[in-house]
Amino acid sequence: MKKLILIAVLAVFTFADEFTKEDLAKWFKEYESVVKEGRVLFTSPRLGTNTVTCNECHPNATNTHPETYPKFQKQLGKVATMAEMINWCIQNPLKGKPLAIDSKEMTALIAYITEERRDVPLAPGKH
Amino acid sequence: MNRRDFLATSAKLTALAVLPMNIVEVAAAKESDTFTFAFISDAHLQHIKGTRFVQNWDKGLKMAVAQCNLLDPKPDFIIFGGDLAQLGKKEELDHGAEILSALHAPVKMMLGEHDYYLDLGETWQKMFGDPYYSFDHKGVHFVVLNSILVDEAWVNRWPTPMDRMQTMAGLDDPNGSPFMVGSRQREWLKKDLARYSDDTPIVIFSHSPLQKIYKGWNFWTEDCEEIYKIVKRFQKVNVIYGHVHQIQYNKIGNIAFNSVMSTAWPWPYPDSYAKAKRVVPKMTIKMNRADPFFERDATGWQFIDVHSGRVDVNYILPNNKNRTVRYNFKKNRPEDKDFQNCPQPPQIHY
Repeated sequence: MKKLILIAVLAVFTFADEFTKEDLAKWFKEYESVVKEGRVLFTSPRLGTNTVTCNECHPNATNTHPETYPKFQKQLGKVATMAEMINWCIQNPLKGKPLAIDSKEMTALIAYITEERRDVPLAPGKH
Repeated sequence: MNRRDFLATSAKLTALAVLPMNIVEVAAAKESDTFTFAFISDAHLQHIKGTRFVQNWDKGLKMAVAQCNLLDPKPDFIIFGGDLAQLGKKEELDHGAEILSALHAPVKMMLGEHDYYLDLGETWQKMFGDPYYSFDHKGVHFVVLNSILVDEAWVNRWPTPMDRMQTMAGLDDPNGSPFMVGSRQREWLKKDLARYSDDTPIVIFSHSPLQKIYKGWNFWTEDCEEIYKIVKRFQKVNVIYGHVHQIQYNKIGNIAFNSVMSTAWPWPYPDSYAKAKRVVPKMTIKMNRADPFFERDATGWQFIDVHSGRVDVNYILPNNKNRTVRYNFKKNRPEDKDFQNCPQPPQIHY
Protein backbone atom coordinates (compact mmCIF):
# COMPACT_ATOMS: atom_id res chain seq x y z
CA MET A 1 0.00 0.00 0.00
CA LYS A 2 2.81 2.40 1.00
CA LYS A 3 4.58 1.59 -2.26
CA LEU A 4 1.48 2.45 -4.24
CA ILE A 5 1.11 5.80 -2.53
CA LEU A 6 4.77 6.57 -3.25
CA ILE A 7 4.29 5.73 -6.94
CA ALA A 8 1.17 7.88 -7.05
CA VAL A 9 3.05 10.80 -5.48
CA LEU A 10 5.94 10.39 -7.92
CA ALA A 11 3.50 10.27 -10.83
CA VAL A 12 1.98 13.57 -9.74
CA PHE A 13 5.44 15.15 -9.61
CA THR A 14 6.30 13.73 -13.03
CA PHE A 15 3.19 15.27 -14.51
CA ALA A 16 3.97 18.53 -12.77
CA ASP A 17 7.28 18.65 -14.64
CA GLU A 18 5.65 18.45 -18.06
CA PHE A 19 5.05 21.75 -19.85
CA THR A 20 2.29 22.86 -22.10
CA LYS A 21 2.08 24.61 -25.46
CA GLU A 22 1.10 27.73 -23.54
CA ASP A 23 4.34 27.49 -21.53
CA LEU A 24 6.38 27.19 -24.73
CA ALA A 25 4.63 30.17 -26.26
CA LYS A 26 5.15 32.22 -23.11
CA TRP A 27 8.84 31.38 -22.87
CA PHE A 28 9.45 32.09 -26.52
CA LYS A 29 7.69 35.43 -26.12
CA GLU A 30 10.05 36.22 -23.24
CA TYR A 31 12.99 35.32 -25.48
CA GLU A 32 11.67 37.44 -28.32
CA SER A 33 11.27 40.47 -26.06
CA VAL A 34 14.93 40.15 -25.05
CA VAL A 35 15.95 39.83 -28.72
CA LYS A 36 14.04 43.05 -29.34
CA GLU A 37 15.89 44.80 -26.50
CA GLY A 38 19.11 43.50 -28.02
CA ARG A 39 18.26 45.05 -31.40
CA VAL A 40 17.54 48.37 -29.66
CA LEU A 41 20.94 48.28 -27.94
CA PHE A 42 22.68 47.15 -31.13
CA THR A 43 21.44 50.27 -32.92
CA SER A 44 21.80 52.66 -29.96
CA PRO A 45 24.71 55.01 -29.24
CA ARG A 46 24.33 54.47 -25.48
CA LEU A 47 26.72 51.49 -25.35
CA GLY A 48 29.61 53.81 -26.28
CA THR A 49 30.72 57.41 -25.86
CA ASN A 50 31.37 58.45 -29.48
CA THR A 51 27.87 58.01 -31.03
CA VAL A 52 29.03 54.95 -33.00
CA THR A 53 26.57 52.02 -33.02
CA CYS A 54 27.13 48.27 -33.53
CA ASN A 55 25.02 48.11 -36.70
CA GLU A 56 27.14 50.76 -38.42
CA CYS A 57 29.67 48.00 -39.23
CA HIS A 58 27.41 44.97 -38.64
CA PRO A 59 24.09 45.43 -40.48
CA ASN A 60 21.71 42.73 -39.23
CA ALA A 61 24.57 41.60 -36.97
CA THR A 62 26.45 40.16 -39.95
CA ASN A 63 30.16 39.36 -39.58
CA THR A 64 29.72 38.59 -35.88
CA HIS A 65 29.58 34.80 -36.30
CA PRO A 66 28.06 33.79 -32.91
CA GLU A 67 28.12 30.13 -34.03
CA THR A 68 31.95 30.12 -34.03
CA TYR A 69 32.47 30.93 -30.32
CA PRO A 70 34.30 30.04 -28.17
CA LYS A 71 37.29 30.45 -30.47
CA PHE A 72 40.92 31.48 -30.33
CA GLN A 73 41.28 35.22 -30.88
CA LYS A 74 44.90 35.85 -31.71
CA GLN A 75 44.73 39.51 -30.70
CA LEU A 76 43.34 38.55 -27.27
CA GLY A 77 45.86 35.69 -27.06
CA LYS A 78 43.33 33.15 -25.82
CA VAL A 79 40.13 31.26 -26.51
CA ALA A 80 37.35 33.81 -25.95
CA THR A 81 33.57 33.81 -25.75
CA MET A 82 31.33 36.07 -27.79
CA ALA A 83 30.65 38.19 -24.68
CA GLU A 84 34.35 39.04 -24.47
CA MET A 85 34.40 39.97 -28.15
CA ILE A 86 31.30 42.16 -27.69
CA ASN A 87 33.08 43.95 -24.84
CA TRP A 88 36.15 44.44 -27.07
CA CYS A 89 33.94 46.16 -29.64
CA ILE A 90 32.26 48.32 -26.98
CA GLN A 91 35.66 49.42 -25.63
CA ASN A 92 37.37 50.03 -28.99
CA PRO A 93 35.25 51.19 -31.93
CA LEU A 94 32.55 52.47 -29.53
CA LYS A 95 34.91 53.86 -26.84
CA GLY A 96 32.58 52.63 -24.10
CA LYS A 97 32.85 50.79 -20.78
CA PRO A 98 32.65 46.96 -20.87
CA LEU A 99 29.38 45.36 -19.75
CA ALA A 100 29.23 42.80 -16.95
CA ILE A 101 29.19 39.39 -18.65
CA ASP A 102 25.94 38.45 -16.81
CA SER A 103 24.23 41.82 -17.29
CA LYS A 104 20.79 42.19 -18.84
CA GLU A 105 22.34 44.21 -21.67
CA MET A 106 24.94 41.56 -22.53
CA THR A 107 22.28 38.84 -22.57
CA ALA A 108 20.10 40.97 -24.84
CA LEU A 109 22.96 41.65 -27.29
CA ILE A 110 23.85 37.94 -27.45
CA ALA A 111 20.19 37.05 -27.95
CA TYR A 112 19.80 39.47 -30.87
CA ILE A 113 23.09 38.53 -32.54
CA THR A 114 22.33 34.82 -32.24
CA GLU A 115 18.75 35.21 -33.46
CA GLU A 116 20.01 36.83 -36.69
CA ARG A 117 22.06 33.62 -37.28
CA ARG A 118 19.16 31.22 -36.63
CA ASP A 119 19.57 27.86 -38.41
CA VAL A 120 23.30 28.34 -39.06
CA PRO A 121 25.04 25.19 -37.75
CA LEU A 122 27.30 25.51 -34.69
CA ALA A 123 30.97 25.69 -35.63
CA PRO A 124 32.98 26.45 -32.46
CA GLY A 125 36.59 27.39 -33.10
CA LYS A 126 35.95 28.30 -36.76
CA HIS A 127 37.61 31.31 -38.38
CA MET B 1 48.67 55.05 -34.22
CA ASN B 2 51.18 52.62 -32.69
CA ARG B 3 54.70 52.11 -34.03
CA ARG B 4 53.77 48.99 -36.00
CA ASP B 5 50.95 50.81 -37.77
CA PHE B 6 53.19 53.77 -38.39
CA LEU B 7 55.91 51.65 -39.97
CA ALA B 8 53.37 49.79 -42.12
CA THR B 9 51.86 53.09 -43.25
CA SER B 10 55.22 54.65 -44.02
CA ALA B 11 56.17 51.62 -46.09
CA LYS B 12 52.87 51.86 -47.98
CA LEU B 13 53.37 55.56 -48.65
CA THR B 14 56.85 54.93 -50.03
CA ALA B 15 55.59 52.07 -52.19
CA LEU B 16 52.84 54.28 -53.53
CA ALA B 17 55.18 57.04 -54.54
CA VAL B 18 56.92 54.69 -56.97
CA LEU B 19 53.88 52.76 -58.19
CA PRO B 20 54.07 52.10 -61.94
CA MET B 21 51.01 53.93 -63.25
CA ASN B 22 50.86 52.62 -66.78
CA ILE B 23 50.91 48.89 -66.27
CA VAL B 24 47.87 48.65 -68.47
CA GLU B 25 48.68 50.76 -71.49
CA VAL B 26 46.66 49.55 -74.43
CA ALA B 27 48.52 49.65 -77.74
CA ALA B 28 45.63 51.16 -79.70
CA ALA B 29 45.08 54.01 -77.27
CA LYS B 30 46.26 57.48 -78.14
CA GLU B 31 48.06 59.43 -75.45
CA SER B 32 44.93 61.50 -74.96
CA ASP B 33 42.76 58.41 -74.44
CA THR B 34 44.74 57.30 -71.42
CA PHE B 35 44.49 59.10 -68.14
CA THR B 36 44.05 58.57 -64.44
CA PHE B 37 41.66 59.95 -61.91
CA ALA B 38 41.21 59.12 -58.24
CA PHE B 39 38.04 58.07 -56.43
CA ILE B 40 37.62 58.62 -52.69
CA SER B 41 34.28 57.69 -51.16
CA ASP B 42 32.08 57.08 -48.13
CA ALA B 43 34.01 58.97 -45.43
CA HIS B 44 31.02 59.07 -43.03
CA LEU B 45 32.57 61.79 -40.86
CA GLN B 46 30.64 61.59 -37.61
CA HIS B 47 30.24 64.57 -35.32
CA ILE B 48 30.16 63.82 -31.58
CA LYS B 49 30.04 67.26 -29.95
CA GLY B 50 31.88 70.56 -30.20
CA THR B 51 35.24 69.88 -31.80
CA ARG B 52 34.98 66.09 -31.41
CA PHE B 53 34.52 63.73 -34.36
CA VAL B 54 34.88 59.93 -34.55
CA GLN B 55 38.66 59.60 -34.90
CA ASN B 56 38.58 56.26 -36.69
CA TRP B 57 36.58 57.63 -39.67
CA ASP B 58 38.58 60.90 -39.72
CA LYS B 59 41.81 58.93 -39.99
CA GLY B 60 40.53 56.95 -42.98
CA LEU B 61 39.76 60.07 -45.02
CA LYS B 62 42.95 61.86 -43.98
CA MET B 63 45.02 58.84 -44.97
CA ALA B 64 43.33 58.61 -48.39
CA VAL B 65 43.95 62.33 -49.02
CA ALA B 66 47.63 62.05 -47.99
CA GLN B 67 48.22 58.97 -50.16
CA CYS B 68 46.32 60.41 -53.11
CA ASN B 69 48.57 63.47 -53.03
CA LEU B 70 51.56 61.16 -53.58
CA LEU B 71 50.29 59.81 -56.90
CA ASP B 72 52.77 60.47 -59.67
CA PRO B 73 51.76 61.33 -62.32
CA LYS B 74 49.03 63.32 -60.64
CA PRO B 75 45.44 62.25 -61.25
CA ASP B 76 43.57 64.54 -63.66
CA PHE B 77 40.84 64.99 -61.06
CA ILE B 78 39.47 63.42 -57.91
CA ILE B 79 35.85 62.41 -57.50
CA PHE B 80 34.40 62.15 -54.01
CA GLY B 81 31.71 59.48 -54.18
CA GLY B 82 29.21 60.63 -51.54
CA ASP B 83 28.50 60.12 -47.83
CA LEU B 84 30.99 62.72 -46.69
CA ALA B 85 28.82 63.14 -43.56
CA GLN B 86 27.23 60.50 -41.33
CA LEU B 87 24.07 62.42 -40.41
CA GLY B 88 24.08 65.27 -42.95
CA LYS B 89 25.11 67.84 -40.31
CA LYS B 90 26.71 71.11 -41.33
CA GLU B 91 29.57 70.38 -38.91
CA GLU B 92 30.28 67.12 -40.71
CA LEU B 93 30.13 68.58 -44.23
CA ASP B 94 32.34 71.52 -43.18
CA HIS B 95 34.83 69.17 -41.56
CA GLY B 96 34.88 67.04 -44.73
CA ALA B 97 35.40 70.03 -47.02
CA GLU B 98 38.31 71.11 -44.82
CA ILE B 99 39.98 67.68 -45.06
CA LEU B 100 39.35 67.42 -48.83
CA SER B 101 40.77 70.94 -49.32
CA ALA B 102 44.25 69.42 -48.86
CA LEU B 103 43.94 67.51 -52.16
CA HIS B 104 46.33 68.63 -54.91
CA ALA B 105 43.99 68.13 -57.88
CA PRO B 106 40.52 69.43 -58.80
CA VAL B 107 37.78 67.74 -56.75
CA LYS B 108 34.35 66.80 -58.09
CA MET B 109 31.64 66.02 -55.61
CA MET B 110 28.82 63.48 -55.56
CA LEU B 111 25.96 63.30 -53.10
CA GLY B 112 25.18 60.31 -50.85
CA GLU B 113 22.10 59.61 -48.75
CA HIS B 114 23.99 60.47 -45.54
CA ASP B 115 24.61 63.98 -46.91
CA TYR B 116 21.02 64.46 -48.00
CA TYR B 117 18.23 63.26 -45.74
CA LEU B 118 18.61 65.80 -42.90
CA ASP B 119 17.87 68.95 -44.92
CA LEU B 120 17.22 67.35 -48.34
CA GLY B 121 20.58 68.46 -49.65
CA GLU B 122 20.26 72.17 -48.83
CA THR B 123 23.61 72.54 -47.01
CA TRP B 124 25.39 70.19 -49.41
CA GLN B 125 24.18 72.09 -52.50
CA LYS B 126 25.16 75.45 -51.02
CA MET B 127 28.66 74.11 -50.47
CA PHE B 128 29.22 71.87 -53.48
CA GLY B 129 26.69 72.83 -56.19
CA ASP B 130 24.43 70.71 -58.38
CA PRO B 131 23.67 67.16 -57.22
CA TYR B 132 23.73 65.93 -60.85
CA TYR B 133 25.80 67.19 -63.78
CA SER B 134 28.06 66.05 -66.59
CA PHE B 135 31.44 67.00 -68.07
CA ASP B 136 33.82 65.92 -70.82
CA HIS B 137 37.39 64.92 -70.23
CA LYS B 138 39.87 63.72 -72.87
CA GLY B 139 37.22 62.24 -75.14
CA VAL B 140 35.21 60.58 -72.35
CA HIS B 141 31.78 61.83 -71.29
CA PHE B 142 31.34 61.74 -67.50
CA VAL B 143 27.93 61.83 -65.83
CA VAL B 144 27.42 62.35 -62.09
CA LEU B 145 24.00 61.17 -60.91
CA ASN B 146 22.02 61.75 -57.76
CA SER B 147 20.88 58.16 -57.36
CA ILE B 148 19.80 58.23 -53.69
CA LEU B 149 16.34 59.75 -54.19
CA VAL B 150 13.29 57.92 -52.86
CA ASP B 151 9.53 58.15 -53.04
CA GLU B 152 8.12 61.60 -52.10
CA ALA B 153 5.65 60.07 -49.61
CA TRP B 154 8.50 58.49 -47.65
CA VAL B 155 10.37 61.80 -47.48
CA ASN B 156 7.38 63.53 -45.91
CA ARG B 157 6.29 60.90 -43.41
CA TRP B 158 8.74 61.72 -40.61
CA PRO B 159 8.02 63.83 -37.49
CA THR B 160 11.47 65.52 -37.67
CA PRO B 161 14.27 65.80 -40.26
CA MET B 162 16.61 63.98 -37.84
CA ASP B 163 14.19 61.02 -37.59
CA ARG B 164 14.24 60.80 -41.38
CA MET B 165 18.04 61.08 -41.49
CA GLN B 166 18.63 58.47 -38.80
CA THR B 167 16.26 55.98 -40.40
CA MET B 168 17.99 56.36 -43.76
CA ALA B 169 21.43 56.20 -42.08
CA GLY B 170 20.69 52.75 -40.61
CA LEU B 171 21.71 50.47 -43.48
CA ASP B 172 19.63 47.60 -42.08
CA ASP B 173 16.70 49.74 -40.89
CA PRO B 174 13.54 48.06 -42.17
CA ASN B 175 11.82 51.48 -42.37
CA GLY B 176 14.11 52.79 -45.14
CA SER B 177 13.04 53.16 -48.76
CA PRO B 178 14.61 51.92 -52.02
CA PHE B 179 16.84 54.36 -53.91
CA MET B 180 16.05 55.63 -57.39
CA VAL B 181 17.25 58.19 -59.92
CA GLY B 182 13.74 59.39 -60.68
CA SER B 183 11.94 60.50 -63.85
CA ARG B 184 13.11 64.14 -63.85
CA GLN B 185 16.77 63.16 -63.82
CA ARG B 186 16.23 60.38 -66.36
CA GLU B 187 14.76 62.97 -68.75
CA TRP B 188 17.79 65.19 -68.12
CA LEU B 189 20.11 62.22 -68.81
CA LYS B 190 18.40 61.49 -72.15
CA LYS B 191 18.88 65.11 -73.24
CA ASP B 192 22.43 65.25 -71.91
CA LEU B 193 23.47 62.15 -73.88
CA ALA B 194 21.61 63.09 -77.08
CA ARG B 195 24.51 65.05 -78.57
CA TYR B 196 27.08 62.23 -78.19
CA SER B 197 27.81 59.59 -80.81
CA ASP B 198 27.42 55.88 -79.99
CA ASP B 199 31.17 55.35 -79.83
CA THR B 200 31.76 58.01 -77.14
CA PRO B 201 32.95 56.27 -73.97
CA ILE B 202 30.57 57.02 -71.08
CA VAL B 203 31.51 56.91 -67.40
CA ILE B 204 28.62 57.27 -64.93
CA PHE B 205 29.32 58.06 -61.28
CA SER B 206 26.52 57.00 -58.98
CA HIS B 207 26.35 56.66 -55.22
CA SER B 208 23.91 53.72 -55.28
CA PRO B 209 24.90 50.65 -57.33
CA LEU B 210 22.56 51.19 -60.39
CA GLN B 211 21.85 47.48 -59.96
CA LYS B 212 19.46 45.39 -57.88
CA ILE B 213 21.80 43.60 -55.50
CA TYR B 214 20.12 43.43 -52.07
CA LYS B 215 17.08 45.50 -51.23
CA GLY B 216 17.31 44.97 -47.45
CA TRP B 217 20.45 47.14 -47.28
CA ASN B 218 19.55 49.37 -50.22
CA PHE B 219 22.31 47.91 -52.40
CA TRP B 220 19.63 48.78 -54.90
CA THR B 221 18.43 51.28 -57.52
CA GLU B 222 14.75 50.84 -58.25
CA ASP B 223 14.77 52.33 -61.77
CA CYS B 224 18.15 50.96 -62.92
CA GLU B 225 16.60 49.15 -65.92
CA GLU B 226 15.31 52.52 -67.19
CA ILE B 227 18.87 53.85 -67.06
CA TYR B 228 20.15 50.78 -68.95
CA LYS B 229 17.66 51.60 -71.74
CA ILE B 230 18.86 55.22 -71.95
CA VAL B 231 22.54 54.20 -72.37
CA LYS B 232 21.89 51.10 -74.50
CA ARG B 233 23.05 52.61 -77.80
CA PHE B 234 26.55 53.41 -76.47
CA GLN B 235 29.29 50.87 -77.09
CA LYS B 236 31.23 51.48 -73.88
CA VAL B 237 29.45 52.41 -70.68
CA ASN B 238 31.09 52.23 -67.25
CA VAL B 239 29.33 52.72 -63.93
CA ILE B 240 31.43 53.39 -60.83
CA TYR B 241 29.52 53.47 -57.56
CA GLY B 242 30.03 53.88 -53.81
CA HIS B 243 27.65 53.06 -50.96
CA VAL B 244 28.50 49.35 -50.63
CA HIS B 245 31.88 49.66 -48.80
CA GLN B 246 33.23 46.55 -50.55
CA ILE B 247 34.70 45.35 -53.84
CA GLN B 248 32.08 44.39 -56.41
CA TYR B 249 32.18 44.25 -60.18
CA ASN B 250 29.77 43.11 -62.82
CA LYS B 251 28.83 43.37 -66.48
CA ILE B 252 25.26 43.83 -67.67
CA GLY B 253 24.93 44.18 -71.46
CA ASN B 254 27.21 47.01 -72.57
CA ILE B 255 27.69 48.31 -69.01
CA ALA B 256 30.73 47.45 -66.87
CA PHE B 257 30.16 48.03 -63.14
CA ASN B 258 32.81 48.71 -60.51
CA SER B 259 32.24 49.60 -56.86
CA VAL B 260 34.66 51.53 -54.66
CA MET B 261 35.74 51.13 -51.04
CA SER B 262 34.85 53.33 -48.09
CA THR B 263 37.57 55.20 -46.21
CA ALA B 264 35.61 54.65 -42.96
CA TRP B 265 34.58 51.01 -42.47
CA PRO B 266 33.83 47.90 -44.55
CA TRP B 267 30.46 46.18 -44.93
CA PRO B 268 29.93 42.43 -45.06
CA TYR B 269 28.65 41.01 -48.37
CA PRO B 270 24.85 40.64 -48.34
CA ASP B 271 25.13 36.86 -48.77
CA SER B 272 26.69 36.62 -45.32
CA TYR B 273 23.30 37.56 -43.84
CA ALA B 274 21.79 34.15 -43.09
CA LYS B 275 18.19 35.40 -43.30
CA ALA B 276 18.50 37.36 -46.55
CA LYS B 277 17.51 36.50 -50.07
CA ARG B 278 20.87 37.39 -51.46
CA VAL B 279 22.42 38.39 -54.72
CA VAL B 280 26.04 39.39 -55.28
CA PRO B 281 27.23 40.02 -58.84
CA LYS B 282 28.36 36.53 -59.75
CA MET B 283 31.73 37.38 -61.31
CA THR B 284 32.88 39.33 -58.23
CA ILE B 285 35.88 37.90 -56.40
CA LYS B 286 35.28 39.14 -52.88
CA MET B 287 37.64 41.23 -50.80
CA ASN B 288 39.11 39.84 -47.59
CA ARG B 289 36.86 39.61 -44.57
CA ALA B 290 37.72 42.49 -42.26
CA ASP B 291 39.70 41.94 -39.07
CA PRO B 292 38.17 44.29 -36.47
CA PHE B 293 41.49 44.59 -34.62
CA PHE B 294 42.89 46.76 -37.42
CA GLU B 295 40.97 50.00 -37.82
CA ARG B 296 41.80 50.43 -41.50
CA ASP B 297 41.29 46.80 -42.47
CA ALA B 298 39.12 46.45 -45.61
CA THR B 299 38.90 50.21 -46.09
CA GLY B 300 40.64 52.26 -48.77
CA TRP B 301 40.40 54.42 -51.86
CA GLN B 302 41.20 53.96 -55.55
CA PHE B 303 42.92 55.38 -58.56
CA ILE B 304 41.36 54.58 -61.88
CA ASP B 305 43.07 54.22 -65.25
CA VAL B 306 40.89 55.10 -68.23
CA HIS B 307 41.98 53.67 -71.56
CA SER B 308 40.17 52.73 -74.78
CA GLY B 309 36.92 53.75 -73.16
CA ARG B 310 37.14 51.26 -70.30
CA VAL B 311 38.33 51.59 -66.71
CA ASP B 312 40.77 49.69 -64.50
CA VAL B 313 40.16 50.20 -60.80
CA ASN B 314 43.22 50.06 -58.55
CA TYR B 315 42.22 49.63 -54.93
CA ILE B 316 44.67 51.15 -52.45
CA LEU B 317 44.04 49.27 -49.21
CA PRO B 318 46.13 50.45 -46.22
CA ASN B 319 45.79 47.19 -44.28
CA ASN B 320 45.51 44.69 -47.12
CA LYS B 321 47.24 43.70 -50.33
CA ASN B 322 46.19 46.20 -53.01
CA ARG B 323 43.77 44.87 -55.62
CA THR B 324 43.21 45.69 -59.29
CA VAL B 325 40.00 45.02 -61.17
CA ARG B 326 40.91 45.43 -64.82
CA TYR B 327 38.83 45.33 -67.97
CA ASN B 328 39.53 42.16 -69.96
CA PHE B 329 38.97 43.11 -73.62
CA LYS B 330 39.04 39.49 -74.80
CA LYS B 331 36.30 38.39 -72.42
CA ASN B 332 34.66 41.80 -72.50
CA ARG B 333 34.23 42.13 -68.75
CA PRO B 334 36.02 43.45 -65.66
CA GLU B 335 38.23 40.91 -63.91
CA ASP B 336 40.41 40.77 -60.85
CA LYS B 337 44.02 40.95 -62.00
CA ASP B 338 45.35 38.38 -59.51
CA PHE B 339 42.43 36.40 -58.19
CA GLN B 340 40.03 35.85 -61.11
CA ASN B 341 41.41 32.43 -62.03
CA CYS B 342 42.43 31.53 -58.50
CA PRO B 343 40.50 28.42 -57.35
CA GLN B 344 40.11 29.83 -53.80
CA PRO B 345 38.81 33.31 -53.07
CA PRO B 346 41.21 35.26 -50.86
CA GLN B 347 39.10 34.77 -47.74
CA ILE B 348 35.74 33.19 -47.10
CA HIS B 349 32.75 35.32 -46.15
CA TYR B 350 29.97 33.56 -44.29
